[in-house]
Amino acid sequence: MPNMSFLRGLNRALGDEMERDPAVCVFGEDIGVAVSNVTIGLLKRFGPERVVDMPISEQGFTSVATGAAMAGARPVIEFQIPSLLYLVFEQIANQAHKFSLMTGGQLKVPVTYLLPSSGSRTGWAGQHSDHPYSLFAHVGIKTVVPATPTDAYGLMITAIRDDDPVIVFAPAGAVAQREDVDYDTLGPVPLGVGRLHRQGTDVTVVAVGHLVHDAIAVADELADTISVEVFDPRSLYPFDWDGLAASLERTGRLVVIDDSNRTCGIGGEILATAAEEMRLTAPPKRVTRPDGAVLPFARSLDLAVQPSRAQLRTAIEAVVKN
Amino acid sequence: MADSTELYRCVRLIRRFEERAIAMVRSGVIPGGIHPYIGQEAIAAGVCGALRSDDIITSTHRGHGHVLAKGADPIRMLAELAGRETGLNRGRGGSMHAADVGVGIYGANAIVGAAAAIATGAAWWQRRAGNDRVAVTFFGDGAVNQGVLLEALNLASLWHAPVLFICENNGFATTMRVNESTAGSITGRAEAFGIPAETVDGMDPEVVLAAASAAVDRARAGDGPTFLECLTYRFDAHHTWEHVARPRYRTADEVAAGTVRDPVEIQGERVPEPVRAEIDAEIEALLDEAERFTADSPEPDPAGALDYLYADGLRGRAGVS
Ligand SMILES: Cc1ncc(C[n+]2csc(CCOP(=O)(O)OP(=O)(O)O)c2C)c(N)n1
Repeated sequence: MPNMSFLRGLNRALGDEMERDPAVCVFGEDIGVAVSNVTIGLLKRFGPERVVDMPISEQGFTSVATGAAMAGARPVIEFQIPSLLYLVFEQIANQAHKFSLMTGGQLKVPVTYLLPSSGSRTGWAGQHSDHPYSLFAHVGIKTVVPATPTDAYGLMITAIRDDDPVIVFAPAGAVAQREDVDYDTLGPVPLGVGRLHRQGTDVTVVAVGHLVHDAIAVADELADTISVEVFDPRSLYPFDWDGLAASLERTGRLVVIDDSNRTCGIGGEILATAAEEMRLTAPPKRVTRPDGAVLPFARSLDLAVQPSRAQLRTAIEAVVKN
Repeated sequence: MADSTELYRCVRLIRRFEERAIAMVRSGVIPGGIHPYIGQEAIAAGVCGALRSDDIITSTHRGHGHVLAKGADPIRMLAELAGRETGLNRGRGGSMHAADVGVGIYGANAIVGAAAAIATGAAWWQRRAGNDRVAVTFFGDGAVNQGVLLEALNLASLWHAPVLFICENNGFATTMRVNESTAGSITGRAEAFGIPAETVDGMDPEVVLAAASAAVDRARAGDGPTFLECLTYRFDAHHTWEHVARPRYRTADEVAAGTVRDPVEIQGERVPEPVRAEIDAEIEALLDEAERFTADSPEPDPAGALDYLYADGLRGRAGVS
């Protein structure tokens, strides 16, 4: 069976969709030579009309994609750095996202925004290490954070076919993942459907993106004493609330691990919704970056800010004790 | 291409639509207020007179004139301003977002400068798809200092996109004078990117039509974008709120001088009096009907407040319940 990497999953999804639908095109900086690896081979296959190397002009080309989408294109934009999303927040949150409602359903904006390496990249420091998915989920933009190569493939396909703007965050901590896959069985993964990576009876850990792998590792470590269920929502907006409720029916206890800042992060939303609507037999906990965090440069400091396995383990033990 | 009579009908329709809309803001039928286009009608009429119905426009907060000139139904437009379910956008957009995709109107846009890149993208895709449709983006003098607009000029020029950049220089961005906001020249911004730019009399519909037609021909021929700076004057307030807030930023003498040349009069003189009278009467009857239609139209059902939020029909969870 072929061994597919996470980035190859994204690459394959792009290639398959470009093959299937001539309206799909890719915008981005240095995508012709594929500096991020995601667009490898696409320029040769589809030509510069569909793999469009852009000048450093994010606000311009983000709204160019919006206009092209209104006129019938299905653009995918690759952003080199997650914090560039702050630069184009207006173009995504205030323009692309709003046209469907503001025009009373006359216009749709099927653009996909791809962040092929989001979160800490070790040594990239303050302006290159953010993981701003919670911001977009808050706005209501369809937001997906795959954790595995197959999910990267399947969610990317779905994002491109979706008639609304969708952001795909590929966590830097997950892009090294590889999986043996049978290409014939690869398919789209719907938005709003989570995935149980591991079943358990004592506590549900909701883990986002690369932290799914940490959660599985911690669950393995604790296997002799605590039975941990690992739930990966895969898309943060829409969120699989039914899947979470079903898991909490089994476990009644909840820990969330989420690589975004604590205040108004998706972790807080998950805890609040579980507290309002679901079965909880003990107070829940979340493991996140600190409030207002900016990732410091030095390796030790960078790691100190990111949610860790040790913190997760402590949180699980505390919740289960209750 | 529009003839003299059609241009007159257009500027007159916009003028009377605006005057009635201002009255409807005062009487409370139109919530929130509007940005009157009075005085600038020649630009919308001249530019849209050079377009086909399948060409595309994007507009601004001061967008009624563009939307009407491009061919949106004035009756459903007025209902939109009043937030009715029968409006162009089903009451979801209002004055600053009016759109009618069926006649190429991709919406007025309330963020200054934002729409230029959207029009550039639409134009780029049309050309890629093998169509000869062009796109036009309207914006004020205040928008020429926005980064995204300058980025759009660069991309449009690089790609020879069939897009017209129409700057309506009415001398003010709200209360700020153009010479206090804008270093260098307005046309110089376009010229810096290799885009041909021209300054024209924006009070005369036929002058604007001629310039826009030449630009449309260039765009359709594959020769890329054109930038037109249309010199004009805003006769009325920046926004209807101005009558309440009364900011002082131009003198009565200045306004009197600015309104000496009136696009409706300029074009009216080119149309025989009986024809003009007939058009005026038709427009009044149409706008009477628009007001009646608006009054008779229902407000949207609050249960549908988030309808159309997603093109795929996804619904968000309740906030207040
Ligand atoms: C980016 C942005 N900044 C500020 C505003 C508030 N605002 C609305 S209209 C306006 C003035 C715009 O002036 P100009 O572009 O010259 O157009 P005009 O109103 O004269 O038609 C301002 C500042 C806005 N809507 N968008």
